[in-house]
Amino acid sequence: MCINFICEIINIIVKVGVIVFPGSNCDRDMFHVLSDVFDLNTQYYWHEKGLPNNIDAVVLPGGFSYGDRLRAGIIAANSPVINDVKKLANKGIPILGVCNGFQILVESNLLPGVLLKNESLNFMCQWTNLIVKNNKTPFTSKLQLNQKIPIPIANGEGRYYADSQLMHDLKKHDQIVFAYEDHVNGSVEQIAGICNEDGNVVGMMPHPERAAEKLINPLDNKPSSLIFESLIHTLGVKN
Amino acid sequence: MSLQKHEIKHIQDTIKRKLTKTELQIIAAEWSEHCSYKSSKKHLKMLPTTGRSVILEKGYDSGVLDVGDGYVVTVHIESHNHPSAVEPFGGAATGVGGVIRDILSAGTRPIAILDGLRFGDIENDTHARWLFKNAVLGIANYGNCLGIPTIGGEVEFDDCYKGYALVDVAAIGFGKKNRLIKNHASKGDLVVLIGGSTGRDGIGGSQFASDSLEGEDRSAVQIPDPFIEKLIIETILEARNEKCINAMKDLGGGGLSCAVSEIAESLEIGIELDVNNVHTRESGLLPHEIMISESQERMLIITSKQKLPKLRQICNKFRVTCSTIGHVKNDKMMHVKKAKKTLALLPAEFVARAPLLDRKKTKPKYLLQIKKENRVKKTLDYSKTILKLLSSPNIASKHWVFQQYDHEVGIRTVVKPGFDASVLRLDNGKFLSAKIDGNPKHCYLDPRQGAIGCFEEACRNVVCTGANPIGMVDHLQFGNPENPEIFWTFMESLEGLTEYAKFLRIPCVGGKVSFYNETPAGPIKPTPLIGVLGIKDKTPFLSVSPNNDDHLVIIGDTKNELGGSEYFEYIHRFIGGVCPRVDFTDSKINMLAVLSLIKNKLVKSVHDCSKGGLSIALSELSIFGNIGCTIDIEKIPCEENLSSEKILFSESHSRYLLVIDKKNIEEVNHILSKKKITFAVLGKFSGDQINIKHESKNLVKFRIDLAQKRYFNGLEGLLKHG
Repeated sequence: MCINFICEIINIIVKVGVIVFPGSNCDRDMFHVLSDVFDLNTQYYWHEKGLPNNIDAVVLPGGFSYGDRLRAGIIAANSPVINDVKKLANKGIPILGVCNGFQILVESNLLPGVLLKNESLNFMCQWTNLIVKNNKTPFTSKLQLNQKIPIPIANGEGRYYADSQLMHDLKKHDQIVFAYEDHVNGSVEQIAGICNEDGNVVGMMPHPERAAEKLINPLDNKPSSLIFESLIHTLGVKN
Repeated sequence: MSLQKHEIKHIQDTIKRKLTKTELQIIAAEWSEHCSYKSSKKHLKMLPTTGRSVILEKGYDSGVLDVGDGYVVTVHIESHNHPSAVEPFGGAATGVGGVIRDILSAGTRPIAILDGLRFGDIENDTHARWLFKNAVLGIANYGNCLGIPTIGGEVEFDDCYKGYALVDVAAIGFGKKNRLIKNHASKGDLVVLIGGSTGRDGIGGSQFASDSLEGEDRSAVQIPDPFIEKLIIETILEARNEKCINAMKDLGGGGLSCAVSEIAESLEIGIELDVNNVHTRESGLLPHEIMISESQERMLIITSKQKLPKLRQICNKFRVTCSTIGHVKNDKMMHVKKAKKTLALLPAEFVARAPLLDRKKTKPKYLLQIKKENRVKKTLDYSKTILKLLSSPNIASKHWVFQQYDHEVGIRTVVKPGFDASVLRLDNGKFLSAKIDGNPKHCYLDPRQGAIGCFEEACRNVVCTGANPIGMVDHLQFGNPENPEIFWTFMESLEGLTEYAKFLRIPCVGGKVSFYNETPAGPIKPTPLIGVLGIKDKTPFLSVSPNNDDHLVIIGDTKNELGGSEYFEYIHRFIGGVCPRVDFTDSKINMLAVLSLIKNKLVKSVHDCSKGGLSIALSELSIFGNIGCTIDIEKIPCEENLSSEKILFSESHSRYLLVIDKKNIEEVNHILSKKKITFAVLGKFSGDQINIKHESKNLVKFRIDLAQKRYFNGLEGLLKHG
């Protein structure tokens, strides 16, 4: 009872921002999961508006920002709001980029590496299994190492690539957060998600917001829920 | 330009002066078959369009169904056949765009897309394969970018589409009833065009689509831009919330001419506009080009003077161009100007209402020459035949297609594509089931029974998810209607659909007619496509895979109806015989029986029995459940002395396969017997083989893993390697 009460208070104080770019299309889904499923105080931020300093976590949702013109994520990465995201990232605020959000984080150099066209050269929408490789980030702290997460992907450019030097660095700093269980799209070492050196900025191609509710997850929604519960846990501790 | 003699006379008699060039172009666009439905309009009235949940409003391009708790579902279907046959990527993509804007016009957010794709024989015809791959890519590119899930559809290949393509797109919208746009306008209101700029693409598109396809008129195909469409969706929904929209219409076939004349006609107003105010993509566009261009991603909005600043502000937020092109008057005239010069001044009603036609119809000669089926060689090895069918392009898994579509975005998709109907969750806690079905092979042999069959099949699929059918949309695709034989097939299909819709009391809430679908080798087979929506309250029915010792039950009668079956057409390359016929009474009681078993939680899963017949439906259950099944063919309810071949492959309607836990089998038996349903317990799931026994001998026997390989590789293998 007492814990519930404290949680409610925290949830009112804590602010999670979902950034909306022109062409974002998973913003409403992410908002629904953060706000309706996990009771977080969530707000949309249109890309032209600045982010407040007292925000506690930021999510860059999936979609086709600027219609994927030029290259997925590149135009959004030059949007004014990204300067604010960078400032928050430096402050250690948890930042999650999903799908196109991950592409934007990579294009804005908040995360290293690149995302290439899938090996099949097609857009791929299918359920996959992720393996947790790092459970120290704000989005994975409630997960076990090597825990399996059934989760859907939906992208055309989701093949993570890093050269051998970068791979070496990623491993050295424990920056590989998720890997696919199978050879899904040709990602180097089957990488599905990574984080920055500090671990507070996480990018992932699969969609946790599409897997956290039982009704739409035909396999098991618990592991994906833990991604959001990890965030709640992290924010709770901070307060 | 394609005005007919009698139309020119009608113009002379009514307008009593020589028309300007702009006027002629406007009328030619609006009076094209594509825009005016001049061949079909008189007859479409026979379809029942009202019902308990149907909401009718002025000037809607989509059907609206009340789903309770203050929410509505909107639905519409369109095709983009001619453009897709010339330029499949752009044609299919803009097909998606058009129907999405129809959903948007009602003030609802598009939440799902379904598509029906039909091409020539992709196994042997590389052009058909090229068309198919690019149409899928076009739909994927467009729908995925919009963030609207493509939740289902169907894919079919038939020689009758050689050198051609049928690309049908259905879209579903969802919204609050009190936010529907109640189209209205009053004098002094402003006419605003928002979205993409007007260019030379798609000039004369509606006339291009109203004639047989000769040569490749690429300028008649529009260029897709899903990013602008996405911005328009968000702009319009925000403008709707801010009550900036008095009336709205999408610019589709016939472009500005069509949108302006139709909105003026339906609201009984006049509209005066200046082509100089239309934002264009290139300089030097002639006024009539501006009026009939079918450039995509444009919406026409009528707003009041007070609300214009707010509307502009919303457009600016999304960087969507917004031009005030004219204003509303009381004179019911469509007045097109260029600065001070009048280019067209015609009564809107005159433009919007083409003189309707009474086409002649005669029973086609080919129907008298349809072959009897005793010419078919007997099949010796049924196992091999079933495996061959499982890997055939029409039956094999379509995952290569639907995995290129984002079918999860929107987080509503409860039942994913790939089996029967797909199911979406709605905000009021109800579940919406949707399916589209067509069957040109059946419709060719009997346009009336074939069309009814498509309708029933779509209903069956919806019923398999436990949902009650609440509304249908039809898309009637035929060859040249000027040919009385083709018009006869159209009328037969339409009458059949009407009869069945009235019997089941399912209203037709929207539809489209597409004529002039002709290939170099002649008309396509009659291809009516039926979409059905169903609603399930409270909980969704999530099917569970069969386990060891679960029973397999069939509901429905298997009849001597191999005509138009995949077995005849794919295995024997034989077109002929008697096509399946829906028995209305059985159809209804079987549906109700399945729904009541699902409601009472007595079934683990239900599968519709259709393409390929019973043998394929059974194999699919085993393939997806990853478990074998042994059944006794003698137990299958059928007419006396029906051969094994017919029992296995006949595509008789009104049949369902049910997986029943053994603890429930007695109760199911009891309920079905009491309701006097034709049914039988056929056998049990177990092991890793499909085994169909006849007089305790193995008539069919093959391993599930082999069947899975064939089923999942059939289509994908074909496309990956060429």
